[in-house]
Amino acid sequence: MSEEKSGAAILVESLVRQNVEFVFGYPGGAVLPIYDELFSDTRVRHILVRHEAGAAHAAEGYARSTGKPGVVLVTSGPGATNAVTGIADAFLDSIPLVVITGQVATNLIGSDAFQEADTVGITRHCTKHNYLVKDPSELAATIDEAFQIAMEGRPGPVVVDIPKNVQVATATWSENAIQRKNRYSPRKAASADEIAEAVDMIARAERPILYTGGGVINSGPRASELLRKFQEITGAPLTSTLMGLGAFDHRHPDWLGMLGMHGTYEANMAMNECDVMVNIGARFDDRVTGRLDAFSPNSEKIHIDIDRSSINKVVEVDLGIVGDCATVLEQMIAAWGKRKQADISEWKARIERWRAKDSLAYAKQVKGGTIMPQLAVERLYALTRDKDPIITTEVGQHQMWAAQYFGFDKPNKWLTSGGLGTMGYGMPAAIGAQLGNPDSLVIDIAGEASIQMNIQELGTASQFRLPIKVFILNNEYMGMVRQWQELTYESRYSNSYSDSLPDFVALSEAYGWKGIRIHDESQLDAGIKAMMEHDGPVMVDCLVSKEANCFPMIPSGAAHTEMLLYGDTVAGTMEDEAKALV
Amino acid sequence: MKILHRETERHVLTVMVDNEAGILAKIAGLFTARGYNIDSLTVADITENHAVSRITIVTKGPPSVIDQIHAQLERLVPVHKVIDLTESGPHLERELALVKVSGKGENRVEALRLADVFRANVVDSTTSSFIFEIVGTPEKVDSFIALMRELGLVEVGRTGVVGMMRGPEGI
Repeated sequence: MSEEKSGAAILVESLVRQNVEFVFGYPGGAVLPIYDELFSDTRVRHILVRHEAGAAHAAEGYARSTGKPGVVLVTSGPGATNAVTGIADAFLDSIPLVVITGQVATNLIGSDAFQEADTVGITRHCTKHNYLVKDPSELAATIDEAFQIAMEGRPGPVVVDIPKNVQVATATWSENAIQRKNRYSPRKAASADEIAEAVDMIARAERPILYTGGGVINSGPRASELLRKFQEITGAPLTSTLMGLGAFDHRHPDWLGMLGMHGTYEANMAMNECDVMVNIGARFDDRVTGRLDAFSPNSEKIHIDIDRSSINKVVEVDLGIVGDCATVLEQMIAAWGKRKQADISEWKARIERWRAKDSLAYAKQVKGGTIMPQLAVERLYALTRDKDPIITTEVGQHQMWAAQYFGFDKPNKWLTSGGLGTMGYGMPAAIGAQLGNPDSLVIDIAGEASIQMNIQELGTASQFRLPIKVFILNNEYMGMVRQWQELTYESRYSNSYSDSLPDFVALSEAYGWKGIRIHDESQLDAGIKAMMEHDGPVMVDCLVSKEANCFPMIPSGAAHTEMLLYGDTVAGTMEDEAKALV
Repeated sequence: MKILHRETERHVLTVMVDNEAGILAKIAGLFTARGYNIDSLTVADITENHAVSRITIVTKGPPSVIDQIHAQLERLVPVHKVIDLTESGPHLERELALVKVSGKGENRVEALRLADVFRANVVDSTTSSFIFEIVGTPEKVDSFIALMRELGLVEVGRTGVVGMMRGPEGI
């Protein structure tokens, strides 16, 4: 059956066809026709955020926790530009988003019209693809392809910019499925030769290591299962990037912990000393590699990535395999067949010696009942683990402590801004995750500085009765900035003190949340329990040690073997070459 | 602290793309966003139904960067195919230039004589000027322009390189 419909109606029908449950958005002049369509439509639920950045991050949280694409709807000009940070965030972390932006009418484009911005131009390099739709008859096919591109291959954000007159003008809508152009079909499986070579390399390794990343999560829960199976048959120790946490069980004896700048001693040393490294869905990020010329100098490297441009981008590898993590893992498991594990007990014994350094140790006892932030995360984990919570974070020290001291054993439970490092990500991401997982406990582990970057989203959680928990590790500093200033700029704390903080308890109560303050270690467990017991959104202001640093740490410009551990003395200055690195 | 520069090599890339709005900006922008060089870029629609354009890019970079450029171009959704002509073997490169020269007397005669040697055509003439049209490799065009510089060069317009693999196969 086909009928004449407005562009706005075609858009909504197209979203329904994609099984979209939620649209995270904010209305404005250039999207009024679409909002009018949504008004009477009960098939798609619109979640009104308080700022468009919140919409993009909420959609990311929804996508990351459910594996489905997140959908954003914002108006032209400031609506679109406000969403750009979230779009860029999704681009760097490979999160599938479809972002619908309103645009001024086609005849006004280029005239500096009210709320006009060149959205397609602005988002060109932070989207996987983007479109300006100039005719309603192209809308259905464009939306169809936008979802395909967002989800297939390496996932990412796609922007569809729709001028207001295209929303109003009509075209023929047909119930029938759309004929795809089929111009986008990324390769998923590896060739038999590649698999055979990889399996041979791994089988003859004396010091193998699996280094896994967010690609395993993006590939779907089956990839995590296959990863565990592959680890079991090879016996290789395993480390993961920040984005890959949860793909492997943190309680497994071969789990080395996270690697990289704030990774464990054993993970980084094992990366440095291994003879065969298997990178599965990670991208040799600078936060992972440390100084490149000293990165794992004596290993043969295999890199499995669905994005061909990730291979040899930063680190030259011996065997690059373009393919989907789950598919390639399955191929490797099949090719491994009945091979026996090599004897790598000597390697594992070395790893145990590194592990004995206990690199996540910290001063547990401090005077006056001051709470160490690491302890707060440990207690939060201990008291919530049986609820299988979804954890989101903001960006900074608290994020690293959450990664280090919270335990993850399932994929899609850990949502953090890894690539772009966007402060303000955590609360809106928690909102999206809660909507996608209504029965889950969702906690944003936050810092007092980051949380203020999207604090307005308190209202969104109230409006939609989302019982999210925000747990602020409040040290009255932009802690990671302060830590770098201590290590690199002789403790000149330029603008890193969080002055004029709001009363977070009173603030959250003003939005109808429950507010809890914890300022002494003796109240920590009771405070966390009170947070859990409240059937509604809760903000916990947990006052923690102001000067705790995040260790272990590979200072910028240093190698994996040059880690700072808790208790090391630090010079307080750095060479210019190191200062110039991010 | 000093900024380090790496050795570069020149490559000619042919890129087949969907002829859609913004594609040229996407490609040119990719080069600036990722810090790659463009020596020249040409683009024209080459199919009967105007669906596909052929872009030829001359770029410079260390081998690893050239490989990245190739991969990053292929990653763009409207890009069908990327061929590194330099890598792929024997190929042709041609460029067209319009070269305006003004002068009288011996210089004018000499310019005309050299144009003949280079097989450049006169496409416009006044009593005190010529516009030559020259087609050839970038090196040939370079040397012709260098000679004209001594004989009253006024203005140059170049198309940039288009290239094609030798032999019977298409891309």
